[in-house]
Amino acid sequence: MGLEQFLAGDKPALARAWFDLILGTYPPETSALLQKDKNQFANPVGYTLSQSLSGIIDEMLGGFDHEKVLPLVDQVVRVRAIQDFSPAQAVGFVFLLKKIVRNRAEEGIREKRVSPNEVLAFESKIDQLALMAFNVYTGCREKLYELRVNEVKNRTFRLLQRASLIAEIPEQDTQLKNGKDSIT
Amino acid sequence: MAKVPKPNELVFDYNPPQKWWMDTKPEFRPGTWCYPGKAKNAEVLGLPNPREWSPLDEDWKLPSNWKEIIFEGMRDCLNKYRSLRVFMDICVRCGACSDKCHFYIGSGDPKNMPVLRGELLRSVYRKDFTLAGKIMGRIAGARELNEEVVKEWFYYFFQCTECRRCSVFCPYGIDTAEITIMGRELLNLLGVNIDWVLGPAANCYLNGNHLGIQPHAFKDMIEFFVEEIEAVNGIRIEPTFNRKGAEVLFITPSGDVFADPGTYTLMGYLMLFHEIGLDYTWSTYASEGGNFGLFTNHDTMKKLNAKMYAEAERLGVKYIIGGECGHMWRVIQQYMDTMNGPADFLEVPRSPITGTVFDNAKSTKMIHIVEFTADLIRNGKLKLDPSRNDHLRVTYHDSCNPARAMGFFDEPRYVIKNVCNNFWDMPPNCIREQTFCCGSGSGLNTDEFMEMRMRGGLPRANAVKHVHDKHGVNMLSCICAIDRAVLPPLMDYWVPDVDVTGVHELVGNAIVMEGETERTTDLRGNPLEGMEDMSDEDL
Ligand code: SF4
Ligand code: SF4
Repeated sequence: MGLEQFLAGDKPALARAWFDLILGTYPPETSALLQKDKNQFANPVGYTLSQSLSGIIDEMLGGFDHEKVLPLVDQVVRVRAIQDFSPAQAVGFVFLLKKIVRNRAEEGIREKRVSPNEVLAFESKIDQLALMAFNVYTGCREKLYELRVNEVKNRTFRLLQRASLIAEIPEQDTQLKNGKDSIT
Repeated sequence: MAKVPKPNELVFDYNPPQKWWMDTKPEFRPGTWCYPGKAKNAEVLGLPNPREWSPLDEDWKLPSNWKEIIFEGMRDCLNKYRSLRVFMDICVRCGACSDKCHFYIGSGDPKNMPVLRGELLRSVYRKDFTLAGKIMGRIAGARELNEEVVKEWFYYFFQCTECRRCSVFCPYGIDTAEITIMGRELLNLLGVNIDWVLGPAANCYLNGNHLGIQPHAFKDMIEFFVEEIEAVNGIRIEPTFNRKGAEVLFITPSGDVFADPGTYTLMGYLMLFHEIGLDYTWSTYASEGGNFGLFTNHDTMKKLNAKMYAEAERLGVKYIIGGECGHMWRVIQQYMDTMNGPADFLEVPRSPITGTVFDNAKSTKMIHIVEFTADLIRNGKLKLDPSRNDHLRVTYHDSCNPARAMGFFDEPRYVIKNVCNNFWDMPPNCIREQTFCCGSGSGLNTDEFMEMRMRGGLPRANAVKHVHDKHGVNMLSCICAIDRAVLPPLMDYWVPDVDVTGVHELVGNAIVMEGETERTTDLRGNPLEGMEDMSDEDL
């Protein structure tokens, strides 16, 4: 019996345990709120978190299709990237899964239903997840700064345009754009 | 060589400390606070204690008798505003409001719960204005006023957009927005404020609008849009400025004049007024609908509001039509009448086209352009071709102030549904009186606050994402200039395929104008559905 199969026996509990550990990264009042309200719009963070985590668990125990995992990781990290967390805290939630898997696998190893190597292999998948989270996190923070720059630019763009302080290259100048008329 | 951290130094703490709220202090991390007010702007507005300072400094350079000033200010506010005394006394800390604030939902910081935001002020009130608090102190939820408290006020009263969503859920009708307003009023007595509020307010006071644009530049910009409209449908519009004797004075937030996508909404206004032949004028002096005085203190709000009415009187118009602005309507609807009103020198607004009398504006003499347009449509006075908006799949964000301060829910939807074929509302607990704020209102729409704005806007964006995923919505409409400025970055972060528009941009697209040439693009120059090839050839 493989580790994945062993863990799949109680998938919801696995996702729940992970969710609970992540809740612990928020102040007590907030973690109570995040698990209390099930409404997707009244409690968007709690809802997104629980949906994404169970989706990720499904993939971890199934095909681990990166294309499917990435949007799920994105949903969680996009929120944590703008909350009051250090970068390590924002992506560190991924490693909490190791703690849970190790705890659960222990019993399987004792009963010889799971081999320690399988645990190591599974942990490598978690590491991949962490790297994905890191990429998303960086992307989110870069986006944040890009938004700031764009906002400052847009604030005065129309005015500069009107005052003819901007020499724009008109769209029609395709020759120039295509580099046909290069200065040589 | 750089110090290599030891493994144990790399371990991070997953769990935050569990302390009572009175024992935690805000951490001034970049992205969570706005730059402080500059001395020159405070001087223009005649605000106390103008100086250069920073929230990061230990010493905020408060006046030496600052405590006295606060207590005196509190006493004054409590005497003037009965609502404040009631809000200070009757909160039973039931918690019904606690999870209703977008900043709390998005940030998870408990002090963004409206109940705790209120407690920041209430705790000081209890200590010095109630017997129980004086005697029992902390047990009665009272605390000593000290500089840390002032710092905390600054942090959290400028993390509230005064949106009033929480008040909808409070069984006692406590309006935490009003508490924030008082909190900011008190902070201003010490010269503790933010420049994104002070700068626009000072500019508006001196030059008539937030950006400090001079009259000739203002006129120039509007003429620029006249050219852009002509390029779209061949119609030449001739707006007038500061024209005495016009029937109507039109005032809109200056954001519509200077920043995309508000500019397209402004083109919509121009087209509409031209088509119905409205006798109206722009003013280059009252060139701002917004009123950042509302985010400063009562005095400044009054001063800036008075200017609009003084201009209406000078020009001798009959009444005022106001553009798609958010907080301008809060000021008009809720404060104008007792502040500078009633505006008896004006007439009760009556649409010259339909004859409808707007009794709702009997005293303020100022009507919202969306109600004006809704009335035109209802009376069949506009020729509309909604298919010109067929490339758009639209939803509507109820801007907080028109929604919760005016109960303005149906008029905008009525207009949108008449000018667009594809409209979907967001789920019921995110719209109308329960609408989620954009997260950047009340003067917090500055770029250094971007991280906090993304937190505050999370619930709104989450609902937009839902209609985007479900119905393919690609356009978020709204009737507020701050929304038009701040929702684009919010969408860019959370739902990148959704763009933002004002309602009158949609009207401008749909309105069929007498003598116009066939349109191939919308006001933004994007090809209309079925016209994709034509507009390519045009180039
Ligand atoms: S809902 Fe009203 S009474 Fe209840 S805690 Fe909030 S402000 Fe206080
Ligand atoms: S007024 Fe709005 S921002 Fe302020 S506490 Fe209430 S819900 Fe939050």
